[in-house]
Amino acid sequence: MPKSPDPVGRRGFLKTAATGAAGIMAGSKPALGQAGTGPAQQASPSDLTLRVKALESLLVDKGLVDRVALDRIVDAFETTIGPRNGARVVARAWVDPAYRKRLLADAATAMEELGLHRYQGEDIVALENTAKIHNLVVCTLCSCYPWPLLGLPPVWYKSAPYRSRAVIDPRGVLKEFGVDIHTDVEVRVWDSTAEIRYFVLPERPAGSEGLNEEALAALVTRDSMIGTARVTLDVAEVRA
Amino acid sequence: MNGVHDMGGMHGMGPIRHEAHEPTFHDAWEGRVYALSRVLRTRRGLWNLDAFRHGIEVLPPVEYLRMSYYERWFAWMLRTVVAAGDVTQTEIETGSPATGSQRMAVLVVPEAVSSMVDRRASARRNVAVAPRFKSGQRVRARNVHPSGHTRLPRYARGRTGAVLLDRGVFLFPDTNAHLLGEKPQHLYSVRFAARDIWGPQASQRDFIHLDMWDDYLEAV
Repeated sequence: MPKSPDPVGRRGFLKTAATGAAGIMAGSKPALGQAGTGPAQQASPSDLTLRVKALESLLVDKGLVDRVALDRIVDAFETTIGPRNGARVVARAWVDPAYRKRLLADAATAMEELGLHRYQGEDIVALENTAKIHNLVVCTLCSCYPWPLLGLPPVWYKSAPYRSRAVIDPRGVLKEFGVDIHTDVEVRVWDSTAEIRYFVLPERPAGSEGLNEEALAALVTRDSMIGTARVTLDVAEVRA
Repeated sequence: MNGVHDMGGMHGMGPIRHEAHEPTFHDAWEGRVYALSRVLRTRRGLWNLDAFRHGIEVLPPVEYLRMSYYERWFAWMLRTVVAAGDVTQTEIETGSPATGSQRMAVLVVPEAVSSMVDRRASARRNVAVAPRFKSGQRVRARNVHPSGHTRLPRYARGRTGAVLLDRGVFLFPDTNAHLLGEKPQHLYSVRFAARDIWGPQASQRDFIHLDMWDDYLEAV
């Protein structure tokens, strides 16, 4: 766990801003309290910035919340918990058939072998894409997603267009992502309705035989582990 | 509840907007809302994960669709800190603790963050409950329309599929969300042919897999 970047500086900034927010609320009363109760109007980002700061300051002043703890949570998700973790798991599975087998049988334990922290029991499941089967993960009801492995979900994953269509038109959705699925291939959509978390073990790209584990991990994208992309050899070039 | 959050199969929601090089948070306030909600959800009582999800589902549909993702979380938070009695409406309005209000115990100290974000609290329950179904068995998702929280999407209700496997015993969100107990029961991965749900427009090579609790299923 890396240290929170300059917590003191950030605290100072929030304190100043929060004082400002409290002042604004005294002038125009509903500033903090209006969310979700008023008429349908777009809250501006600056509005939300002020209101969130005001609530945070209030909870800190009440003693319930420690601001440094918040800094550390934000920092963890911005710097260490993300799809690079999942990519390491995928790359290992590609180079080590025995590991691949263990991953598909018990993903939680296989992840722990790589020092990735454990999901308890069978709460995480790896789904293998093959030439015959394509897996796609969605949460139609909210935004369930394997956080420790892929980080927080992208906006499109949580949005109405993806959630509504992934189950009724998976091939159309995949096409929009640039993935054409042959009519002979079986598509399995996994709707994350419970606390089981799914991630996709994508197919290893042809032509990657000479690459080592680290180079392979660099090819693995977040979307390929959701099932909305294939892994290709040119990803590294695109990224660079 | 038959809310707007239950979106599977709806039309007209527009194109999927994919963003290249998307940041974890688009604005600093989103990160603060995320962190605050993680901290608040460590509370017992009103704050379990299912209650949180339900708290978002009950937003008026127009608001739900208008708001950004973390704006919904913020709306839940504002309501819930008051409902839990941690903060009064007056304090929300003034932005400061009431004079003489008691200082509360901190929920998560900085040193606890590392283990909190690394480990997911499991909803699995180590209790002996007999399963009602077994792998391979044909089952029907019950045609029920609970007005409270449920994880049985509308598009699956009344549809027939097959139990792929028994995932073990998990707490039941329909009761847990309303603080009516965990009612642990078996959870199954159930496989539905897309055609049995959407009709002939679906590819016969498409399947939808849902996780379903015992109470959602009936024998065929």
